[in-house]
Amino acid sequence: MNHTFTFTIDGVEVRGRPGQTIMQAADEAGIYIPRLCAHKELVPHGSCRVCTVFVNGRPQSACTQPAAPGIIVENETEALLAIRRSLIDMLFVEGNHFCPFCEKSGNCELQALAYRFGITAPQHPYLFPKRDLDASHPDIFIDRNRCILCGRCVRASRDLDGKNVFQFVGRGPGKRIAVNAKAALADTDAARTDRAVSACPVGAILRKRVGYAIPIGQRMYDAAPIGSDIEAVRADPHQ
Amino acid sequence: MNKKLNAVIQGICAKVGKDRTRMVDVVRETQAALGCVSSEAMDLIARETGTHRVEVESVVTFYAFLSSTPKGKVVIRLCNDVVDRMQGMKRVAEAFEKALGIGFGQTTPDGAITLEYAPCIGMSDQAPAALVNDVVVTGLSSDSAREIVAALREHGDPSRLVRQLGDGNNAHPLVHAMVRNNLRACGPVIFAALEPGAALKSALAMTPQEVIRDVKTARLRGRGGAGFPTGMKWEFTRQAPGARRFVLCNADEGEPGTFKDRVILTECPDLLFEGMTVAGYAIGADTGIMYLRGEYAYLAPFLEDVLARRRAQNLLGAAILGKQGFNFDIRIQLGAGAYICGEETALISSCEGLRGDPKNRPPFPAQKGYLGFPTAVNNVETFCCAARILARGAGWFAEMGSKGSPGTKLLSVAGDCRSPGVYEVPFGISLAEFLAMAGAEDAAAVQVGGPSGQMVGPKDFGRTICYDDLATGGSVIVLGRGRDVLGVALEFLEFFVDESCGYCTPCRVGNVLLKERLQAILAGRGEPADLEYLQKLGETVKTASRCGLGQTSPNPVLTTLKNFRSEYEKRVAPRGDGLQPSFDLSAAVADAQIIAGRASVHAAR
Repeated sequence: MNHTFTFTIDGVEVRGRPGQTIMQAADEAGIYIPRLCAHKELVPHGSCRVCTVFVNGRPQSACTQPAAPGIIVENETEALLAIRRSLIDMLFVEGNHFCPFCEKSGNCELQALAYRFGITAPQHPYLFPKRDLDASHPDIFIDRNRCILCGRCVRASRDLDGKNVFQFVGRGPGKRIAVNAKAALADTDAARTDRAVSACPVGAILRKRVGYAIPIGQRMYDAAPIGSDIEAVRADPHQ
Repeated sequence: MNKKLNAVIQGICAKVGKDRTRMVDVVRETQAALGCVSSEAMDLIARETGTHRVEVESVVTFYAFLSSTPKGKVVIRLCNDVVDRMQGMKRVAEAFEKALGIGFGQTTPDGAITLEYAPCIGMSDQAPAALVNDVVVTGLSSDSAREIVAALREHGDPSRLVRQLGDGNNAHPLVHAMVRNNLRACGPVIFAALEPGAALKSALAMTPQEVIRDVKTARLRGRGGAGFPTGMKWEFTRQAPGARRFVLCNADEGEPGTFKDRVILTECPDLLFEGMTVAGYAIGADTGIMYLRGEYAYLAPFLEDVLARRRAQNLLGAAILGKQGFNFDIRIQLGAGAYICGEETALISSCEGLRGDPKNRPPFPAQKGYLGFPTAVNNVETFCCAARILARGAGWFAEMGSKGSPGTKLLSVAGDCRSPGVYEVPFGISLAEFLAMAGAEDAAAVQVGGPSGQMVGPKDFGRTICYDDLATGGSVIVLGRGRDVLGVALEFLEFFVDESCGYCTPCRVGNVLLKERLQAILAGRGEPADLEYLQKLGETVKTASRCGLGQTSPNPVLTTLKNFRSEYEKRVAPRGDGLQPSFDLSAAVADAQIIAGRASVHAAR
């Protein structure tokens, strides 16, 4: 306890420890900072930028920025909510997301964020990209239409599964997830139980034949908005 | 065939000790030897260097000069930068297409020649220009394009395209280029004579801390554009814990319209290498890496020769100038066509044999840089300034320029001006004074600092060039009357879309959205509300992006919205008919018409 320090998030005093990121300290304090590429068991990626906060007035990603004594963090301001909304919209229009019949619906973090932000339709025009699908593997498939390039599968496969099945190829708008094989996922050592599969926040990497085992309506974010688990930590007199 | 491929790959990997962190060298050489890095080659490279195949693919697909499918023996890369377009690139492009019988992005059926576009190749003052493999051809016309194709068809040897040699070291046998320096104004810092070793002698007579103190006293700030105090950067690097330290020179001059480092590399490489060596002494490094953009590969043999001479003169190597314990050497790392690698952490990634993705900060390079060791990354011009400060004194340097921006600055000017080229001017010079020097008094607009900088009009010509006002890494592009400012802004956005690494959402997606909306406005499909949309989206990309590319990529839109608003307003005037101009009915039903096999009533009208 000797080494803890304090800083504020939207005026609320929060305790932090050396080595913690702002997001980790916020999670412990029960303050939810929206995120997509961040995952508790994976090294931070800092790519989706949904967790952008202002630290002493400067924009930083909360998942990569270290907590530090006395910093002033802005999280739920009008300006930041607008930026995050815009970023979530960008991820929707960049791909081809079809929530009504997606197997991930209700368990999808992108969809859950849209609900949390009250997004009914994106503010940006759809880009309708042509993306491909890899159903070669007997137990898993990749649908790049729904990929948001968060890199969770890359990190999970490398760091949790010890496999390196996935990596990014191409650059700019042409960037996409590739597999460690000449042709297809079936030629890799990917397995149904891989953490890389369960780490996908959207419906881009899915297990076959279990799509609707849990009915829509009884899924993770059907009951409570994304981030509720974190916010439950905090005993907030206002709620 | 496979045996032969295997032998080639084994040879290439052996040259770098099968070191995975030298992947950019490996794939560059493979591309040069085989015309592509094929799927089979990727497997072999992965096996030889002990990595995964997809990691190799990840690198190959990142850089513009690399390809997984075969390219021609000769690749013509025509520069499609804004200045080149202003100076007749389109006619040259058409002449190439006609003479070769192929379009851009294609290869002749005999596999001899590939035709491509390239972003700014650092020759804006002698545009239109192109790279033919590593050979630079400048001042192109439709005639010379036809001659180049005829010559290549005859002998296939790009080096024989150089008929007239340029001035200075461009005529050096190891450079052998038709490039001209166009050095219009020499100042006392960069373009003055230097006796090799002079700065180093004076540095070695001091302690490293004293050298850093001198650079701080001179108040030297980084010349790449960001302007971080160099002495402070060196101090942080020196103080950071690490078993080794590195000096990295950013010679990835890619900001469109910038070519001043090319002239430094051609005419004063000793000053540069001396500055890097001084930095090595100051921070306690034993290795320096110069990251040379792939477009300047034609300078590599010459620069290697200068390094060899400096080794022979004991200005590099062990116990430099007799100073026991000070060992320092420099290697050149060639890039492979990626603007983003000019971002310092992306440059480090590329040196490490990875995709040129920027890294998350913190840690900063001074703490954990190249291979995780403390690293000082500085611009070519910054190292030259540092060397001169050691040779001439910190006080001498600090007296020049303006208060917050001491010293001189190299500017490269191109576009609608009488004297394009490189100028060494004192900081604090007004834009108007500078435009008069360059013969551009009647400019209608000036892009200061390249696409990532700002577009200013005549009302701002009284502003000064320095870190606190009009900051620039060196690019000044002049637009005369009659040029379409918004058309230029669109070309800059296209450039950023092509050059974004794609890592973070706002830059990868936001720039495409900005580009499409501006395109719609220019096509007459804009609405008044679009200006607000562009402003908000531009600010979001600027605020939320992860690195300097994304944080500046909306500037073409944001600075033209600010300084040339009437150009937008006249294009988004409300329509009287109450129709929504952003919706193009004919285009929307085009697919359906094809499927149905008949035209709509709307289209028939």
